[in-house]
Amino acid sequence: MTLDEARYEYLLQLGDSDLILGQRLAALCGHGPALEEDIAMSNVALDLIGQARFWLSYAAEIKGADADEDTLAFLRDAPAYRNVLLVEQPNGDYGHTIVRQCFYDVWHFFVLQALMQSTDTRIADIAAKSIKEVQYHVERSGDWVVRLGDGTEESHRRTQAAVDKLWRYTGELFRSSEAEQALVEAGIAVDVATLYEPWRAHMQALFEEATLELPGDQPMQCGGKHGEHTEHLGYVLAEMQHLQRSYPGARW
Amino acid sequence: MTVSEQTRFDINDVWQWLDAVPDPEIPVVSVIDLGIVRDVRFEDEQLVVTITPTYSGCPAMQVIEDNILEALRENGVDDARLDVQLSPAWTTDWMSERGKENLRGYGIAPPGESAGTQVIDISRITRSGRNVLPQTCPHCGSKHTERVSEFGSTPCKALHRCLDCAEPFDYFKPF
Repeated sequence: MTLDEARYEYLLQLGDSDLILGQRLAALCGHGPALEEDIAMSNVALDLIGQARFWLSYAAEIKGADADEDTLAFLRDAPAYRNVLLVEQPNGDYGHTIVRQCFYDVWHFFVLQALMQSTDTRIADIAAKSIKEVQYHVERSGDWVVRLGDGTEESHRRTQAAVDKLWRYTGELFRSSEAEQALVEAGIAVDVATLYEPWRAHMQALFEEATLELPGDQPMQCGGKHGEHTEHLGYVLAEMQHLQRSYPGARW
Repeated sequence: MTVSEQTRFDINDVWQWLDAVPDPEIPVVSVIDLGIVRDVRFEDEQLVVTITPTYSGCPAMQVIEDNILEALRENGVDDARLDVQLSPAWTTDWMSERGKENLRGYGIAPPGESAGTQVIDISRITRSGRNVLPQTCPHCGSKHTERVSEFGSTPCKALHRCLDCAEPFDYFKPF
């Protein structure tokens, strides 16, 4: 794998994870539990999709030929997607939506913070831009985890169930793909394994306040970074790509 | 228009034309007030305007880009290009004092100072470590206000409420 091939793969990992989570959240627009929260969630979706555009545009430039952010988003099938499995998991009840978001936001924050030091200045610039938005995401999802976890008996039960169900997808966040490893050596990517301790410490503090329990060690599901996805991604893409697949090249 | 005619444009005039381009969501501030336009220069015969996005996913950015090019065309600049620059990332600290005053008059509390480029301490944004400062109500001037939501009607605003005059108001987030 050349450095540019690795860079392309890595940019897809970052961009696809933002894009798929943004698409998941966008599907909830108009369904939020309160008007303010509906607006907040849609704003987070917009941020993530905007950030995905930066990553995918850069990826497309490396790929060359006729690639651009749109062909990458709308004309790749699931096995060509490099997002982590966590973000493609269904919205479920609001406990699931929020716990998925919180796991991702805190990880996202630490990744971007490290990438601000990337030797690839374009990556560093995108990270510095994005982290300003992500700090608001961290604040919001953390607030909700506490509110739901330390809420009613029912909200606590459901949120803990979401934690238990989604925990198995967190291991992948801290395991490098082959492309990432190559880039870590060049100072371009962050070694995600080093982010586990700070991420876990943040979760520990938050969960204590939320009266939730972090699950113990268990087998983790991985594969998203290599294109091995859960069945859910296909449904997300079917909806997201429908228009460009049915009417190729359509613009408005 | 010939090339020699176009190069006669005064850069200061270009800045003034751009100052007449309003933000599509908040028409009382111009793209200059917002600090979106970072540079204006000629590259040979082509006028190059460098802009920086506010929020990554802000839908207004595309409209702003179109409106800037339209304003230049209206003033006779046919050969213009927009460069988008991400670094240094846009901050509300670049907003003009006039822009902040206009926001207040429009019913939006202007942003306080942002954290700038300093590295953010994540413990500050956990629930217990945070301190939300009450903003001044743009309607009645009271400081007796509270935050309703960190996210408002556009990505750049938060929703607050005045506990004296009971009016809700937008707060332009420091960013």
